[in-house]
Amino acid sequence: MFPTPVQKTSAGVRVSYQAFLPLALILWLLPLIAVMIFSIKPSVDFTTGNYWGWPTSFEGFTNYGRVFFESDMPRYLMNSVLITVPTVIGTVALACMTGFALGVYKFKGNLLIFFMFIAGNFVPFQILMVPVRDLTVDMGLYNTKTGLVLFHIAFQTGFATLFMRNFIRALPFPLIEAARVEGVAEWRIFWYVVLPLMKPAIAAMAVLVFTFIWNDYFWAVVLTQGVESQPVTAGITSFNSQFRAAYHLMSAGSIVAALPPVLMFFLMQKHFIAGLTLGAVK
Amino acid sequence: MTISSDSYSQTQRGWYKRNEIAITPWLFLTPGLLFFFVYVIWPIWQSFGMSLYDWNGLGDINVNGTYIGLENYNKLFGLAGERADRNFQISLWNNLRWLVLYLLAIPAGLMIALFLNQNVRGIRIYKSLFFFPFVISQVVVGLVFTWFYLPNNGLFTVITNWFGFQIPGGVLGNPNTATYGIIVAGLWPQTAYCMILYLTGLNAVDPEQVEAARLDGAKGRKMLWYVILPQLKPATFIAFVVTIIGALRSFDLVSIMTNGGPFGSTRVLSFYVFEKSLSERGLQYGYAAAVAVVLFLIMLVFISYFLWAMYKEEKAAR
Repeated sequence: MFPTPVQKTSAGVRVSYQAFLPLALILWLLPLIAVMIFSIKPSVDFTTGNYWGWPTSFEGFTNYGRVFFESDMPRYLMNSVLITVPTVIGTVALACMTGFALGVYKFKGNLLIFFMFIAGNFVPFQILMVPVRDLTVDMGLYNTKTGLVLFHIAFQTGFATLFMRNFIRALPFPLIEAARVEGVAEWRIFWYVVLPLMKPAIAAMAVLVFTFIWNDYFWAVVLTQGVESQPVTAGITSFNSQFRAAYHLMSAGSIVAALPPVLMFFLMQKHFIAGLTLGAVK
Repeated sequence: MTISSDSYSQTQRGWYKRNEIAITPWLFLTPGLLFFFVYVIWPIWQSFGMSLYDWNGLGDINVNGTYIGLENYNKLFGLAGERADRNFQISLWNNLRWLVLYLLAIPAGLMIALFLNQNVRGIRIYKSLFFFPFVISQVVVGLVFTWFYLPNNGLFTVITNWFGFQIPGGVLGNPNTATYGIIVAGLWPQTAYCMILYLTGLNAVDPEQVEAARLDGAKGRKMLWYVILPQLKPATFIAFVVTIIGALRSFDLVSIMTNGGPFGSTRVLSFYVFEKSLSERGLQYGYAAAVAVVLFLIMLVFISYFLWAMYKEEKAAR
């Protein structure tokens, strides 16, 4: 193990390591901690200039209550859910299929298609922006959740295919061959042999795509406007103009907006990390 | 008897059955390819075309737009007697700053990973909490840092005041510091990402090699450089890929924290494309498309390198 485990070092190093650990964490998360404290402060703290001191009273319930009951935040959150969940399902479904095709079969153009998916995934959003927006308008889907979902599925499929294909490649191929010898139809091999083995990859992909899409801001701004379809990342800007300079409410709103992916991460940490490393770092 | 029944079933097998292995991959690929083609490949092509037009985004480009050849590019780069676009140059320089400074996330991530690669009580929680910034949306990161940098009341300003220096207008209000302020905000989640890549990488480092090197007297920096880093190469590669992509994609933070200001000093190419087309200052779609093409070509250099590296690996794996 590198660096040398602290257990094998002198008592002094050990103790200072243990002491420095929480300190480093607090420093690292300082901006976030500040916002958390902001969100439970009374508004009077900001008018008196007590930005960074201790809250004069605990107003957490009032602040978060106002976010939930006096703003459009719940609707934005709902929109985010209704955009994110279908995208996750669609992406995983498509990527399982493309990953299966590219991972199991040898055919002309296999690597070319695979590389096209990877390259597409790295493309700057802005080169797609106007054409995708026009396409969405032409389909009558501008400012709808469906329009956003369709684009997200298409784009995320590139990344998800990369992951799924590499995962399938690592599966024991003799399993598939054995099934073929038995005369099992190819789609049955996909459904009954490969898919059950892909559960960890599906879980990893699902959490990761969930986080990416929940946190998307650019496409939300390009393809939607207004409370009937915008997700929470875009909604937070109008929320902030509603509560201009009301830092306690803006920070409470931000925390609410940021929470779902955080929960997702803590619940599914292992899968999340497997996905982030693109399955390449084991 | 058996032979005849065999040949019977042979003729009964349909065209699909006979070509099953050749056809199946294409059946499985069709929906994904279709989506990808319509929403990714074709739009790239369209943007290339659009960049050759003068078009305000209204109506059909072939009716309301005017074909002007490379005129948009001439304006961008100041070729053919045009004056170079100052805002484009600012964006380009800022993108370069982003690219170079963003790479700091890789050594920073490695350092934090080394710091956390211990086996003490509660280390798992520490690791996840250090990773926290990456999970949060860039919009929220941007807001958080905007408040952190607030002139007069921002925590950053309060701290710099202790040391007796001040940035006039605040970090984000000062054209000389604004871009760097945003980059620091971006480095925060990016470092967390690189950290997690290295933490997983360090897990896979071969303990026997480390022990052997230790017996040979290697330690500290030498050990890191000659024994550990070579084994972390896959992690470094991915960290490099995602950091470059992240640097060139920087839109959310710029849009949230400064909206390109003050005086347009924090523009980057991705933001400039948006500004020139969809924002109220925009409506020059052809011109914006030309900027997008330039950004795409810059990205393409890196994409080609990534694909080449992956291709080599594919070949080696076979």
